[in-house]
Amino acid sequence: MALLPVKFDLKKRVKLAQTVWFMYWFAVLAGVLVLSMGLFFKIELRKRSELMDNNESHFLPNLLILMGLIACSINVFGGKVCYDSLDPDKFAKWKPMLKTYLVFCVGFNALLLVTAVLCFLMRIPMQFTLAEGLRNGMRYYKDTDTPGRCYMKRTLDLMQIEFRCCGNDNYRDWFEIQWVSNRYLDFSSKEVKDRIGSNVDGQYLMDGVPFSCCNPSSPRPCIQAQMTNNTAHYSYDHYTEDLNVWKRGCREALLSYYGGMMNTIGALVILVTMLEASVTVGMQYVHSSLCNLANPEDPESESEGWLLEKTVKETFTDIMDKMKSMGKGIKVEEGEPAVETVS
Amino acid sequence: MPFMPVKFNLQKRVKLAQGLWMLYWFSVIAGILIFSLGIFFKIELRKRSEMMDNNESHLVPNLLILVGLLACGLNAFGGKVCHDSLDPIKFSKWKPMLKTYLLLCCGFNVLLVLVSLLCFLMQFSVYLTLAEGLSYAIRFYKDTDTPGRCFMKRTLDMTQIEFHCCGNNNFRDWFEVQWISNRYLDMSNDVVKDRVLSNVEGKYLMDSVPFSCCNPGSPRPCIQHHLTNNSAHYDYDHRTEELNIWTRGCLEALFSYYSSLMSSIGVFVLFAIILESVDMAGLKYLSTALETMAEPENPECESEGWLLEKGVKETFSDLLTKLKTFGRTNQVEGGDAPEANT
Repeated sequence: MALLPVKFDLKKRVKLAQTVWFMYWFAVLAGVLVLSMGLFFKIELRKRSELMDNNESHFLPNLLILMGLIACSINVFGGKVCYDSLDPDKFAKWKPMLKTYLVFCVGFNALLLVTAVLCFLMRIPMQFTLAEGLRNGMRYYKDTDTPGRCYMKRTLDLMQIEFRCCGNDNYRDWFEIQWVSNRYLDFSSKEVKDRIGSNVDGQYLMDGVPFSCCNPSSPRPCIQAQMTNNTAHYSYDHYTEDLNVWKRGCREALLSYYGGMMNTIGALVILVTMLEASVTVGMQYVHSSLCNLANPEDPESESEGWLLEKTVKETFTDIMDKMKSMGKGIKVEEGEPAVETVS
Repeated sequence: MPFMPVKFNLQKRVKLAQGLWMLYWFSVIAGILIFSLGIFFKIELRKRSEMMDNNESHLVPNLLILVGLLACGLNAFGGKVCHDSLDPIKFSKWKPMLKTYLLLCCGFNVLLVLVSLLCFLMQFSVYLTLAEGLSYAIRFYKDTDTPGRCFMKRTLDMTQIEFHCCGNNNFRDWFEVQWISNRYLDMSNDVVKDRVLSNVEGKYLMDSVPFSCCNPGSPRPCIQHHLTNNSAHYDYDHRTEELNIWTRGCLEALFSYYSSLMSSIGVFVLFAIILESVDMAGLKYLSTALETMAEPENPECESEGWLLEKGVKETFSDLLTKLKTFGRTNQVEGGDAPEANT
């Protein structure tokens, strides 16, 4: 007994073919959308790869681009088949390929679903990549004369301005590293010598942050230096001061940016998966209704279309049997030559 | 003798009508583009109206919006007429309106020329508004507690960061105003008292700039304070230091942004004028070709189309004579009134 059978006459078949053709063109657009989302995500990762220590994984955007291309091509093919389905001559040349095509579509849909799930899960490795990359970025902030790192300062400054963040977790991260290059420190000055002598690594540490941490919405001019010293500034209490520098850490800011992007892409891929599933179902009905014409010569005859030829259980046992016989066939082939040569 | 006559047979007429219909749809798209450019320009002016003391003139964007809508309407009507022109029954209902429509198109082209001119000339007004607005903005930078001006600091900081500029003409403009609010100055401090007394107006002036003037591309951390004092910083010479803060003034930066925007819009409007003129010429040819058919019942007959019925000089003198008779009729009517009184 077929699964979800539907009776079709000529008019219904024509309508079905037209609707499925229309849906295939939407599916092509959806494929283009997935492709462009993959490209956009790849570009965004490349733009800030310096902040992720050039270590970021491009697996997800590459997968999206591949999925988009495959979706476009199979949907174009499906649209062509639907267009030809109402002409028996043209459809006859597509008929043999359709079964393989539909199996391939089902596999592709499963892969799309996996991609969508990955979009939501890739947030976790990204968190670690960002944490490490930003820590290194801050350490190399002062190395504006080292080839390969000379633009780290500019990149980090522009990022802090754009994402409204300061430091890795918060602004105090800047207190723990030397972010002023040695070239601009007067080593003959007593103050500089004191600071360098005050810690094991010999670093010039200070309770100041770069200018890019400043919040333009603050009512007073930015206090960047001697931030923990209340007496150094008039009417200033660093415990209650809220608006002076950005409070958010850059790891959190970047993660929420990329996380939001990946969530949106994941949601869109789920929608595309549903669209693809529905066109696959439609194509199966078109295929089965055209294969089961009561009178093959008369195009106006009635026919029946279905989702599966037998019920779900029977189809499943059929597939298992086929795989077993295929496995046995391979074993028999291996067994025979061995038997022949031995005896 | 008609001006620039062209012979038409049925095939040529059909081709002209189809080509013109397509051109009219391009003109509709051009009209939509002008409309959206007007809206974009209006939004850009609104975004930075604080920098221009809320005094900026919205004449050009409003005109662009109006012209865009008019263009869409006129060209859609022209396209409809072209579409119907090959069917004599449908065309006959449009025929009487065509003369007025072509005159309207002429007037609309003149309006477009005016708008294009304005796009180029109003740049002077934008420059003057910006100069005045920015000098006020720098003066009101410190008034973060005055209602109506409390966001000036943030707006000016964001503008300097975004446009990579500092001050009105250059960074020294910040040396001439007090940009720290009195709330954050310790008036009991000697240094503060000295500075405040050192000038006539009692302002706290210093050779420093706000943080938003800092250039992230500088290899050293930003030097904001004591800019003219070489000994205050290690290995620093303010005469040769180039990358520390932005050297461009915000007047120049903002003006170059707006002037390039207005120039591009002006060029696009010129292009739209050319497109409209071609449309008008095409429609004139089509309408005259359809009117002068040798045998009105036979659609396949030959006909002649032209731009003007008589030569340019004759048409011009005709127009003048018409205007004169129009004026004389008014005078005669005016003269009749005294007769009626007597």
